[in-house]
Amino acid sequence: MAAHAPYRIILGPRTWTFVDLKDLMAKATPPRSGDRLAGIAAQSAEENVAAKLCLADLPLKTFLTEALVPYEVDEVTRLILDRHDAAAFAPISHLTVGGFRDFLLSDQADGAALAALAPGLTPEMAAAVSKIMRNQDLILAAAKCRVVTRFRNTIGLPGTLAVRLQPNHPADDPGGVAASILDGLLYGCGDAVIGLNPVSDSLATLADLARLIDGVIQRFAIPTQACVLTHVTTSIELMNRGVPLDLVFQSVAGTQAANEGFGVSLALLREGMEAALALKRGTVGDNVMYFETGQGSALSAGAHHGVDQQTLEARAYAVAREFRPLLVNTVVGFIGPEYLYDGKQIIRAGLEDHFCGKLLGLPLGCDVCYTNHAEADQDDMDTLLTLLATAGVSYVMGVPGADDVMLNYQSTSFHDVLYVRRLLGLKRAPEFEAWLATMGIAGADGRPLPQSPGHPLLAGWR
Amino acid sequence: MTDDRRRPPVTPDAWRHLAAVTPARIALGRVGDSLPTAEVLRFALAHAQARDAVHTPFDAPAIAARLNAMGLAAVRVQSAAPDRATYLSRPDLGRLLAPAGQALLSALPATSPDMAPDLAIVVADGLSATAVHRQALPLLHAFLPWARGAGWRLAPVVVASQARVALGDRVGQVLGARAVAVLIGERPGLSAPDSLGVYLTLNPRPGRLDAERNCLSNIRDGGLSHDLAAFKLAWLLREALRRQVTGVTLKDESDRLLVNGHAPIVLTN
Repeated sequence: MAAHAPYRIILGPRTWTFVDLKDLMAKATPPRSGDRLAGIAAQSAEENVAAKLCLADLPLKTFLTEALVPYEVDEVTRLILDRHDAAAFAPISHLTVGGFRDFLLSDQADGAALAALAPGLTPEMAAAVSKIMRNQDLILAAAKCRVVTRFRNTIGLPGTLAVRLQPNHPADDPGGVAASILDGLLYGCGDAVIGLNPVSDSLATLADLARLIDGVIQRFAIPTQACVLTHVTTSIELMNRGVPLDLVFQSVAGTQAANEGFGVSLALLREGMEAALALKRGTVGDNVMYFETGQGSALSAGAHHGVDQQTLEARAYAVAREFRPLLVNTVVGFIGPEYLYDGKQIIRAGLEDHFCGKLLGLPLGCDVCYTNHAEADQDDMDTLLTLLATAGVSYVMGVPGADDVMLNYQSTSFHDVLYVRRLLGLKRAPEFEAWLATMGIAGADGRPLPQSPGHPLLAGWR
Repeated sequence: MTDDRRRPPVTPDAWRHLAAVTPARIALGRVGDSLPTAEVLRFALAHAQARDAVHTPFDAPAIAARLNAMGLAAVRVQSAAPDRATYLSRPDLGRLLAPAGQALLSALPATSPDMAPDLAIVVADGLSATAVHRQALPLLHAFLPWARGAGWRLAPVVVASQARVALGDRVGQVLGARAVAVLIGERPGLSAPDSLGVYLTLNPRPGRLDAERNCLSNIRDGGLSHDLAAFKLAWLLREALRRQVTGVTLKDESDRLLVNGHAPIVLTN
């Protein structure tokens, strides 16, 4: 299988050698702390660019015969190669990685062409081309992709940006959760999902929280969906007990071993999806899965097989793609500085993840975020949010004041979303936008209206 | 003298009273679509304080002394990360015991297998020494009566510096414990620089997966109380020893035993 290895390129007096394809991919990746932690990063700036030059000349079809993680030991590799659509790949099968970049930026690659191409692309192809793309390339190419998904509303239409309302509370207090939901709704957020990260993994508590969010949605006839973000086995158990769940959540990663670290397999994810589908709770569509991913999760679980973290992240999207999700988001700065050191690395990773996800046909959103042990701050988040919104990101997070008081990190706020809507003229999911107008929460221009204490949401809360 | 043109154009939120029911930053009001100045600066201050909390040194000698005062033997160890900067960028080193600590634990008197400790407790700084300074001792104080009531044998408490959760796997293995509970500082948030987490792992040994652990998080004032966390840890340990499993297959169903939201007096079925 290693017909091309080792890979070599001569630059002036030096010959650069890359022992195999995963080495070439890792060395070509823009610098980040996680690849250094794994001991696979380029040792110099010139080696990094030498690897990019070498990678640009690689035929795309190499990725169909040379697996970065062995087929025999990894069900994610088997999924990727067994599901590959050769007919969809045919139009670009003659291209190199560098030629593929040119194609993506050309006028030939419009939204329809890219949508048709998606099943013919492997995550490794998407990752490879991203490594030789600048930030503006990642933004422009992603902006051409449109991925539309539906459950109780329509997410991903051109000119829209959805928001996950994240009403976390440090003790799962129902009143506290409800207060944050109310705040978010009155700021016009929640069309992607009202999605709570519980502290508890107790079934009784989770059932109460699921009923709380479902109750708000039912009572005010909100065209959106609820999710309590807990392990897929827990969601299955809750559904077995008759608890109302709209979406099944799971964190996923790009290797079988990393997914085992999360306690999941493809078979288990399928079981979760089928249980949610059987409930038939969607009104305009049946995309029932919600996945989160993030660069570094495989290395964190000791399950990276010597492959760089950005490529493994793209492989996680192959896992997600199998289950027709409503929502997928990278939690880009959550995992910490050992994987993405500072604002610059977080911004780059967010753009790469969004591009790769969209290219592979996923409704990619982004938790634009950082932790307090990373070298980043609100200014970096403003930058990434603005860039991703111009790139057409499907959704971002809405956390009260950007401060998640349960998970202890900073994400984007309801105010941040209003800023970017106003700046770029982005609408919400149409069903949700109409509901906001009916409720007198937002005006015809989509901007929030001043509220009196007598507003039905406020009066109804008591 | 009031002049509307001189008043800041802040739109207040009509649900300001709800801010009393959650520490979340709700009902902040807005200027146009943006945050008012006061909140922008309040947030910046909180971020600055959290940044500082990450770098507060761990006072392991004081923790060990307080454990001794509670009647608990304590052993101090270091991870293989020599300093904070290395700790932050090399989580792998934070999971390994430095040789000195390894030797110290190995030198403890051996127990016969039938007298193996039921639980090894590790008190680790993690990403917030502040959390450990404030929460670890009150939590153990609340937990000890449950341990005594159940008759569990406890290994000497290990106080670990520059440590990650998985360091407990090696500690538990060296001590021959049936389970290990790692009490560790969680990464500081803006409102909570002092939140403690507990990770319980049955049959600890290096290589355990995160899915094989049960976690109690957000232990602090305003989060999960010490009494409730101690009760939940006791419930989880009892079930772990009884069912011989921890992790995703062991669901926390201890809430069924709560009395008006408080821990019960005794651990019953």
